[in-house]
Amino acid sequence: MKYYDKLIFELSRPGRKGYSLPKNRFDRNALAALPAGLKRGEAAELPEVSELDVVRHYTNLSSKNFGVDTGFYPLGSCTMKYNPKIDEEVAAHPGFLTLHPLQYSGSVQGALELYYNLQKMLSELAGLEEFTLNPYAGAHGELTGLMVMKAYHQRRGDLKRTKVIVPNSAHGTNPASAMVAGLQVVEVKSKPNGSIDVEDLKPLLDDTVAGIMMTNPNTLGMFETEILEIARLVHEAGGLLYYDGANLNPLLGKVRPGDMGFDIMHINLHKTFATPHGGGGPGSGPVGVREGLESLLPNPKVVKREDGSFELVCEEGAFGNVSSFLGNYAVMMKAYAYILSLGKENIRLVGPMATLNANYIKENLKDDYLLPIQGVCKHEFVFDGLKDKSTGVTTLNVAKRLLDYGFHAPTIYFPLLFHESMMIEPTETESKETLDEFIEVMHKVAHEARETPELVLDAPVTTLVRKLDETTAAKNPILTYRALLAQQDGND
Amino acid sequence: MSNKFIPHTPDDISRMMEAVGIRSLDELYGDIPAEVIFNRDYLIPSEMSEVEIRRHFDELASKNHSLKVFAGGGVYDHYAPSVIPHLLSRSEFYTAYTPYQPEISQGTLQYIFEYQSIICELTGMEVTNASMYDGATATAEAMFMMVASAKKRNRVLLSATLRENVAEVVKTYAKFRGIDISVVPERDGVTDLDALKAELAKDDVAGVILPQPNKYGIIEDLSGVAEAVHAAKAQLALHADPSTLAVLKTPAEWGADIACGDGQSLGMPMQFGGPYLGFIATGKGNIRKIPGRVVGATKDADGKRAFVLTLQAREQHIRREKATSNICSNQSLMSLYATIYVALMGKQGMVEVNALSADGASYLHDKLLATGLFEEAFPGKPFLKEFALKSSLDAPALEKHLAERGFMGGIPMADGLFVFAVTEKRSREEIDAFVNSIVDFAK
Amino acid sequence: MSKILENLRYSDSHEWVSLDGEVATVGITDYAQHALGNIVYVDVPEVGDEVTAGEEFGAVESVKAASDLISPVSGEVIEINEDLVDAPELLNQDAYANWIMKVRVNDPGEVGELMDAKEYASICEG
Repeated sequence: MKYYDKLIFELSRPGRKGYSLPKNRFDRNALAALPAGLKRGEAAELPEVSELDVVRHYTNLSSKNFGVDTGFYPLGSCTMKYNPKIDEEVAAHPGFLTLHPLQYSGSVQGALELYYNLQKMLSELAGLEEFTLNPYAGAHGELTGLMVMKAYHQRRGDLKRTKVIVPNSAHGTNPASAMVAGLQVVEVKSKPNGSIDVEDLKPLLDDTVAGIMMTNPNTLGMFETEILEIARLVHEAGGLLYYDGANLNPLLGKVRPGDMGFDIMHINLHKTFATPHGGGGPGSGPVGVREGLESLLPNPKVVKREDGSFELVCEEGAFGNVSSFLGNYAVMMKAYAYILSLGKENIRLVGPMATLNANYIKENLKDDYLLPIQGVCKHEFVFDGLKDKSTGVTTLNVAKRLLDYGFHAPTIYFPLLFHESMMIEPTETESKETLDEFIEVMHKVAHEARETPELVLDAPVTTLVRKLDETTAAKNPILTYRALLAQQDGND
Repeated sequence: MSNKFIPHTPDDISRMMEAVGIRSLDELYGDIPAEVIFNRDYLIPSEMSEVEIRRHFDELASKNHSLKVFAGGGVYDHYAPSVIPHLLSRSEFYTAYTPYQPEISQGTLQYIFEYQSIICELTGMEVTNASMYDGATATAEAMFMMVASAKKRNRVLLSATLRENVAEVVKTYAKFRGIDISVVPERDGVTDLDALKAELAKDDVAGVILPQPNKYGIIEDLSGVAEAVHAAKAQLALHADPSTLAVLKTPAEWGADIACGDGQSLGMPMQFGGPYLGFIATGKGNIRKIPGRVVGATKDADGKRAFVLTLQAREQHIRREKATSNICSNQSLMSLYATIYVALMGKQGMVEVNALSADGASYLHDKLLATGLFEEAFPGKPFLKEFALKSSLDAPALEKHLAERGFMGGIPMADGLFVFAVTEKRSREEIDAFVNSIVDFAK
Repeated sequence: MSKILENLRYSDSHEWVSLDGEVATVGITDYAQHALGNIVYVDVPEVGDEVTAGEEFGAVESVKAASDLISPVSGEVIEINEDLVDAPELLNQDAYANWIMKVRVNDPGEVGELMDAKEYASICEG
């Protein structure tokens, strides 16, 4: 197939059309009546293309992408599981697609019921009391959850609790969310295996601490075995425990965050509950809380009345609003369909199979790749690059070489605890055959690194584009077609 | 037990356990304290087949009523071309992650570049990002940007004519981050510019957030506002409707520093509130203050034009608590939606959508006044597709009456106001039938 | 091994200072530019800004990292190196020749409290 690199703007021809609209039968011209001072001076330079132009253009673009449907996507911390097609189908149900978010409650009972049901299911799966589904993404869930935490202390009149403890191994979003929520970050040290150093934690727990943010398993894929002790210490000090649900998948069916002592958590529906990542979104980051905190959850809320009807309400006790309406509603529909298709029987298999897959890859590759943390991991694990450090081949090189072999790369250079981190998460939807192929290719790359390192250092070579000049892109950012044209004119 | 989403056969499991060196799956969880292992059945439904799932969704949908919408409130029932869902269902797009590996993500990177170009054309701004969660959170991020630029100032002014659900989110974000918010009152349905200037004179304002059009659908005359804001060493953010920007004076033309708002009006299904997208655009001088993902053009090792995530160093995954924002994703697929929509509608179609909507709205406006049940709320104030009228009709009863007849009417607001909206989807006959239903109600 | 000049003073956040009367010239060290990699942007203060020792006065950004600049001295910014705005890569080429700002310091004695080349070399190794 020939290489395609046009921009939609470059297909544009004056007068060409890609739309059809009803005839105007209103016998008036409201735009002409509008004062000139309120209208734009020049027309926006938008494309003028035919329908077929558009269809071919974006079909061609799609072929330049790699998705879960294309191949294995072992991106650590991202839980790139298969996105079931039935979920897509029901999310496009016309009986939901056409609903205006401000419709009167009596006309959207089915939509409110779905929200309520999903909220209840997540509460049961998490071992918590109630969820809001309004947050749009994981980071937005973190922010919402931290707002609950802060509002909880403020409601008690305890205004000095302004610090949140975050492990130095945490996802970068954790400290950023804390800052946006108006909390100060205090780092707690990790032990060499990535778990929280309880002795380092103890002196931090004073009456200025609002709570602690943790993932469990942690960012190295290892379970925090001292979680009950940590929960006890934090609660004794008057703080709350926040669970970052980024790593929930291995626990699904085995352990509930509420049972470990967590008070607040978010779930990434686009990870654990199989909704598509969409090239970066839309996701959904529901936030759940323990009993006693539920009234603080943001508005608007869906409540069930005694007569079995549902209503959309705004309540006084809520800390505020984080979304225009009820969040990414269609994403919730997909997660709901996913839970129903697994059911209470199969959902128990998710965590164990995800964990088995991760350990299977780890055990098969640890002869060629440096495994800094031994022992059983959960859904993911981290290699610190190739075992043989004499070849000059870095984690980046290995990642790029994997692209040549038709696999997506693992997450690289995170966590920051190691110089050459390579974080692998296979998820439960991958078969043993796929894992075996990946293992074989990883061995092959390690072999190449020893025997013919230039092959790995030059990678990728089979992809549509090769190594990109990121320095020029960042130094002189060209962010629009207009800027690109101006740059080309400048070069002529 | 097996399931179509979990491919492991009993034989696979035993061979894999052997490779891992365990004798039971429980050993995978051997490090977890026994008291937190969950042993009972989850209280959720049993596994459903596709047949049952479809039936369940049909049942839920039967409890919803799809209405002919004559309301807006930030969400408009614009026409969505048939092409869009077909292209959006290309799974190379929707099953991809954030484009961290640019060599195999040029599809995503390029449509984001096109999206950025379109947002900048519509707003008149020079730079934008790959999209935000929604219009309300994008407006909150605009507030953060203005406060970050102002360094020592910490107060932001919001117009009372900004839609309430947007204002609530901005106020929530401000409250937690310790930013002071003052609401500038409205007069005759528009921002009271004298009151705005009085606030600016206090010399402590970091930024001002105004809507265009506002919550009543009125296009506010913002002549001189940017000059006044800048003279007070503050910045101006305009919350705009991107569809209307094909015809209305752009935020850049008004002299705004930031344009923000919700992308829903670019033909997105209403879908009970989401997903849509938020947009935020600004001038070159703010390029390193804009939150979220940004895509730039560059070349690959062979000199081919290609696209890449750029300016990443500002972002939360590197800056951690030093970042201005915690956002680390975008509504990527919805930015593809917006891009395809604008590509199809094009330069002319975008204008025609506004013309049809505005003419329909004007027609409904006149018809409602002619019933004698409504009176002008803000006489002479210009509007496009959305407008407010005053009435003594019982709002909740009218809402119910209309819903039972298949209509969603004007959104009731304080002081007996109803805010109506009309898009190009509403025919003359539908408008007549809608007005007749209101007349029937009043009988 | 990164370059460290004998006649300069250093902060533990990798800025260098040279003092001439009451005017301090401030930049980032060779070690810092090396750690950052290809520098794409330098956020410099404005002339007239007050800077405080130990507090942030700007930032440097590379493709993969961003780092705050911490002022080693307190005083008023009297000049900035405009060349860096268009050519941030100058810091990679020679971090000592390409200073970032000049500050009229409140207390020249403050500079003496900073590390000398030998002390700084020891923290770069550690």
